[in-house]
Amino acid sequence: MNAPVYNFAYLDEQTKRMIRRAILKAIAIPGYQVPFASREMPMPYGWGTGGVQVTAAIVGPDDILKVIDQGSDDTTNAVSIRKFFARTAGVRTTTSTGDATVIQTRHRIPETPLHAGQILVYQVPIPEPLRFLAPRETETRRMHALSEYGLMHVKLYEDIARHGHIATTYAYPVKVDSRYVMDPSPIPKFDNPKMNDSPALQLFGAGREKRIYAIPPHTSVVSLDFEDHPFERYRHEATCAICGAVDSFLDEVVTDDSGGRMFVCSDTDYCATQGPHEVKRV
Amino acid sequence: MYVAVKGGERAIENAHTLLAHERRGDPSVPELSLAQISQQLTLAVDRVMTEGSLYDRDLAALAIKQARGDLIEAIFLLRAFRATLPRFGATAPVDTAAMDIRRRISATFKDLPGGQVLGPTFDYTHRLLEPSTDAPVSEPATGAAYEGTTPRVTDLLANDDLIERDDNSASAIPGDLTREPLSFPAERDLRLQNLARGDEGFLLALGYSTQRGYGRTHPFAGEIRLGDVEVEFFAEDAGFAVPLGHITMTECQMINQFAGSATEAPKFTRGYGLAFGHCERKVMSMALVDRALRARELGEEQAAPAQDEEFVLSHSDNVQATGFVEHLKLPHYVDFQAELGLVRRLRAQFESAQDVGDVPVREAAE
Amino acid sequence: MTQLLGTGFTNPVLSSQSTFRAVIDALALPGSIQPVARTATGPDPLSPCAAAVALSLVDQDTPVWLDQSLASDAIAGWLRFHTGAPITADPANCAFALIGDPANAPAFARFQLGTSDYPDRSTTILLQVDSLTAGPSWTLAGPGIRGTQHFQASPLPPNFAERIAANNALFPCGVDLLFAADDCVAALPRTSRLIGAS
Repeated sequence: MNAPVYNFAYLDEQTKRMIRRAILKAIAIPGYQVPFASREMPMPYGWGTGGVQVTAAIVGPDDILKVIDQGSDDTTNAVSIRKFFARTAGVRTTTSTGDATVIQTRHRIPETPLHAGQILVYQVPIPEPLRFLAPRETETRRMHALSEYGLMHVKLYEDIARHGHIATTYAYPVKVDSRYVMDPSPIPKFDNPKMNDSPALQLFGAGREKRIYAIPPHTSVVSLDFEDHPFERYRHEATCAICGAVDSFLDEVVTDDSGGRMFVCSDTDYCATQGPHEVKRV
Repeated sequence: MYVAVKGGERAIENAHTLLAHERRGDPSVPELSLAQISQQLTLAVDRVMTEGSLYDRDLAALAIKQARGDLIEAIFLLRAFRATLPRFGATAPVDTAAMDIRRRISATFKDLPGGQVLGPTFDYTHRLLEPSTDAPVSEPATGAAYEGTTPRVTDLLANDDLIERDDNSASAIPGDLTREPLSFPAERDLRLQNLARGDEGFLLALGYSTQRGYGRTHPFAGEIRLGDVEVEFFAEDAGFAVPLGHITMTECQMINQFAGSATEAPKFTRGYGLAFGHCERKVMSMALVDRALRARELGEEQAAPAQDEEFVLSHSDNVQATGFVEHLKLPHYVDFQAELGLVRRLRAQFESAQDVGDVPVREAAE
Repeated sequence: MTQLLGTGFTNPVLSSQSTFRAVIDALALPGSIQPVARTATGPDPLSPCAAAVALSLVDQDTPVWLDQSLASDAIAGWLRFHTGAPITADPANCAFALIGDPANAPAFARFQLGTSDYPDRSTTILLQVDSLTAGPSWTLAGPGIRGTQHFQASPLPPNFAERIAANNALFPCGVDLLFAADDCVAALPRTSRLIGAS
């Protein structure tokens, strides 16, 4: 029997090189989805294999890694992925957004502004922003090639006609560097403006769908909208019950079965750095 | 004061301990050995090797044991291990015509060179539960080894030009979707690789659908053969092919109708299936789907699900499918909160519109 | 042949990683100078820095094209031995091009430029230069750059500004350029525009 022996950061060197080459092309063509030969990882597809492969291909012994899921360092999947890298790469880990050099995330961008030199790695389930309008790759690839994004505007406008609003609340499509329409992964649209002109490098990995894409630092990222219906951020109109923050994205927590609820920061590191605050029940 | 939920790490550790406990079951029952699995659950091992894309009976047995008999989980374990193995190169194509036959049946010719060999099959068993399967089994019947060759039925037909020939263009190096992401349209080499790794149940259902008229291909089981083939590796430095050993494989050649065209005389076409070990249902389903997916190159109408290349190839992999279906278990608090906010706002608008006797929000024009 | 082989990475895992991070930083911040540790040596005249970049990125899946100054048996042998990369004589067929004599670099359009469906399938050109702090000096703009960025390299291919403008015009297709000096790299991805001499 072949006894399993694993390399630094799990992936073999040939796989890392293949992913690294895809990352370089992704940076050179902002917002374009580079196909890559995604490998089976020791966690299931759909659970961050794309992000994990990107992180494994870039991370080194000098890095400090932070992993969040839903904004929190402490959710089970974040814990599991952080442990994976601590074990396979011996990399230092942190929960502090400011201290991290590489941040792998699922569904959020940290509230604390990122700084130059940091890399934000997104886990992406469905990288194709046009997928739910045209499920075939052969069609969506042509649309991207021709910058043919009319269908996306039609979809958003149908929302307005039906609801009076654009009814997309997460994975809200953006245009990168005025060329490619891109899926920002299922982050709430509250986070969309943080992608624009960020000093950090943003990398997106979709393992099951075998795509890597990127936004270089200081690149224009515009949420799609209409002149008469401009893009709007959304957060619950409430204050964090733990830290009192009024500017962060909030999770609603159900506290009893008779309508009791409170709101707390989704970003646990941000919340912890805001200092304590007296609880206000809503 | 409210404290956010913590303790993810300890919860995971406890879950792992509990899982190990459940896997072992009642400790008074002897533990399964890997040899028992690889010797007595052979077809499970074969399926795991085939869909796991790794020929290693011992590792497949280990995966099945570790996965508590969940074969998709076992396939996943084997794939994840395979992904870490260094790659030395590709073997020479195996020659199934030179197979050391254990089973060989043709539904198209009553007799043919090499004969029909029934072999180890469930086919004519009566499906009655037999509590005495642990009784000693009698020795299998033996006979003189067949000395002649066992040509493939499709080769016999090809000699008379009645069936399309195999595309043996040596220049074409087959692709490898574990090293290059699949792109569409996909050629037959990549389609076959995808189907060989694909989920048996998915292919079974698709193959079945073609028989019921969703992309009918008029199939005949030209031949199904099971046996050992030699695996050879062309060593650059030695300058010749070096034998690496023998593996068991199952092959299915499906013979299908083709009406011909203005430029081509009518002849039969092929659907092909190949798998590690004994995976008969798999190779038959694979051959049906392979033929259905050739609709484009044969100029046939493409309307049925089994003929839809993007649909079939994008959804055949059970490791991908199970991951994405099961990922719905992961927290989606953030996106749900965003949706919750929107639904509340839309409801508030709806109610205020009702209050002022206004017409509710206009429907989108179709 | 063995005496000409040069050396590979002494620590292939960590040296590949650190060299790659220098390249990724260079490409993400076009025109910036990123230090590369001396971790490998190629046969002359390949510089240690160009050698390290090549080792970190090429392998059997990436055909490599060598310009006349680098197309020696020693360098081809070194690349094959340490990376397994096939050497190709056809610039339109290479994933990476190694150019030791930038002043005589072929037109960029002779390399793989990608297609509108797959613009990523284009050549990455590694130019070995003497300096990233001397020679013609340019002002850059584009993704990865906050405002503008200074860029300098010597020697450069003739008609450099026209070449870059022509490459920009192909977007999303086009080649990407890496510049390897003695102990540092810089990059101009296809999105970087030369907006003036500085």
